[in-house]
Amino acid sequence: MAISMKLERSLYLPKLAEVIKVEPLAEKEKLFRLRLRDGNRLDHIPGQFVEVSVLGIGEAPISMSSSPTRDESFELGIRVVGNVTRALHRLQPGDTVGIRGPFGNGFPVSELEGRDLLFVAGGIGLCPLRSMIQYAIDKREQFGRIILMYGCREPAEQLFRGELVEWRQRQDIEILESVDRCPLDAAWEGSVGVITTFFPQLNIDRHRTTALVVGPPIMYRYVVAECLKKGIGKDQILLSLERRMKCGMGFCGHCQINNVYVCLDGPVFRYEELTKLKETEV
Amino acid sequence: MPIVTTIKADFYSSVQNMIHENEVYGVKRKTPSFAFDKLCATEELCLDYDITVLPPNQYLLPPTDPLITFNLSPEVSIRSKVESRATIILGIHAYDLHAIKLLDAVFTGNLVDVNYQARRSATAIIGVDCLNPWLYSFAASMGTALPPSIFDLWLTDLGGEYLIEVGSSRGQDLSKRYLKTKSARKVQIRQRDKFRQDSLNRYQLSLDRSAQEIPEILDKAWKNPLWEELGKKCFSCGSCTMVCPTCVCFDVQDKITLNLKGGERYRLGDSCMFDAFDKVASGENFRPTGTDRLRHRLYRKGKYMLERWGELGCVGCGRCVHACLVDIASPVYAYNRLAKDATQWPSA
Repeated sequence: MAISMKLERSLYLPKLAEVIKVEPLAEKEKLFRLRLRDGNRLDHIPGQFVEVSVLGIGEAPISMSSSPTRDESFELGIRVVGNVTRALHRLQPGDTVGIRGPFGNGFPVSELEGRDLLFVAGGIGLCPLRSMIQYAIDKREQFGRIILMYGCREPAEQLFRGELVEWRQRQDIEILESVDRCPLDAAWEGSVGVITTFFPQLNIDRHRTTALVVGPPIMYRYVVAECLKKGIGKDQILLSLERRMKCGMGFCGHCQINNVYVCLDGPVFRYEELTKLKETEV
Repeated sequence: MPIVTTIKADFYSSVQNMIHENEVYGVKRKTPSFAFDKLCATEELCLDYDITVLPPNQYLLPPTDPLITFNLSPEVSIRSKVESRATIILGIHAYDLHAIKLLDAVFTGNLVDVNYQARRSATAIIGVDCLNPWLYSFAASMGTALPPSIFDLWLTDLGGEYLIEVGSSRGQDLSKRYLKTKSARKVQIRQRDKFRQDSLNRYQLSLDRSAQEIPEILDKAWKNPLWEELGKKCFSCGSCTMVCPTCVCFDVQDKITLNLKGGERYRLGDSCMFDAFDKVASGENFRPTGTDRLRHRLYRKGKYMLERWGELGCVGCGRCVHACLVDIASPVYAYNRLAKDATQWPSA
């Protein structure tokens, strides 16, 4: 039988990328700077994710940690949690990884222009938020106030400490840092307690503010409640969800929440959208 | 497209020629059941069957399906791997073809999965009407007992001959090359329609409401106690999903050669009924109980797939009804129970 058929490029084929720089962030986290071998830019939107391959070990979905406004390289903050991330942590500059993507919707950047941005990061949630924070810093005049609330369990778990120093020195970003607990020997100038303790004293214009919240699932419930108390609209609370995206394209089924695919329809959702999904119960 | 007839004896000798020149997968008797398998001789083919243990999906989505191959030394390189050979699937029933229609929507919609597409376009489909439905099937009430128009050839057993509807130009070519046919007479087409109508009345299981109402029934069923009643018995074994013609979820894994110089990445069937399906690296499991997972499966079949891809995810084949070890997987039982509850407690 004669079969005529035109095949498109396989969506499962990663592009090769070179590790340019590996930087420790905390005990379990490293920041990887990568560049595509073909010299092209990744062209991502802050808040999107990529599938990172260590060939022979596997693939894992990782959020973009850097802004597309910087050079042609990109950064991924990665915590050691499984096989693939353990293999990633063994990589050195010069090594090669595979990259598919970027996938997902990302933050609605053009819609955020002119708005006050309230970033709420819990632990490693700062990695995906950093892509948007850097973006807002690079296009500073396009945004209103920038407030960052950053909570960790302990001071030693804080990520991007060098960059935080720079951000603190800027007059145009307000930073509120907390840790759940502080060992006696730790140097810590932030506050001690859960991240929501910042909300009562927080002064914001509820009509101008969009909250961008990324952290562990448990944090969402409390932070969303605080944002609502402040009068931020349900459609102006943006959350990024973690799921087990295997394919990134709505085929494999792993990231499905009711009839929504986190890899296609997310990972960034408005709180309003999530209230309609019975399986999330944020 | 023409409708023709062929004498059965002629048809089976045509099949012998077809097997000689093509890779043909057909239905074989594997006492006490039936299964799709590669045909080596025409005598192996059995077109009068009720159900195959597994749907013919394995020829479009193999249980393990290579996606890419890679070399690690001396240089790192990656290539996509797309396997497809000209294939004929012979003897598919209408409900399984409805499932393939859904698979087409999933894998060749906005984003094209080339591994599926390559196989699909290289596969000719010759189906047959199921005139003696299986005890566990409820295809008639799902509206999937008659074929959608995506077949190449479609047979109906009229006793001494097969009535054959040609559905595509590829079917036309197959017919010309292999079959000895005559134009069908009107009386034969009327006979087919009667046989089909009679077969619809032979289904033992059926929905109490129309299939179109399932999404609506599910809209009111999220907190129904039925989920817990069924879910607490679930072994999370995945039998229901393994036999399902519309289950497409997969896992992706890497395999490395012994000399560590290369390997391949492949997908393999996965199941949303397994407890780790929704578990993320941090340890969080978003569907931690059998109840959560069973409910998700029946919502996916009865609502989500329809909303996203335009076809219901259940084609009523009944395989899961039979495969479930603890008799809780039946979509028809669940949807009927939920429909009844919805009438009893409209606000539930």
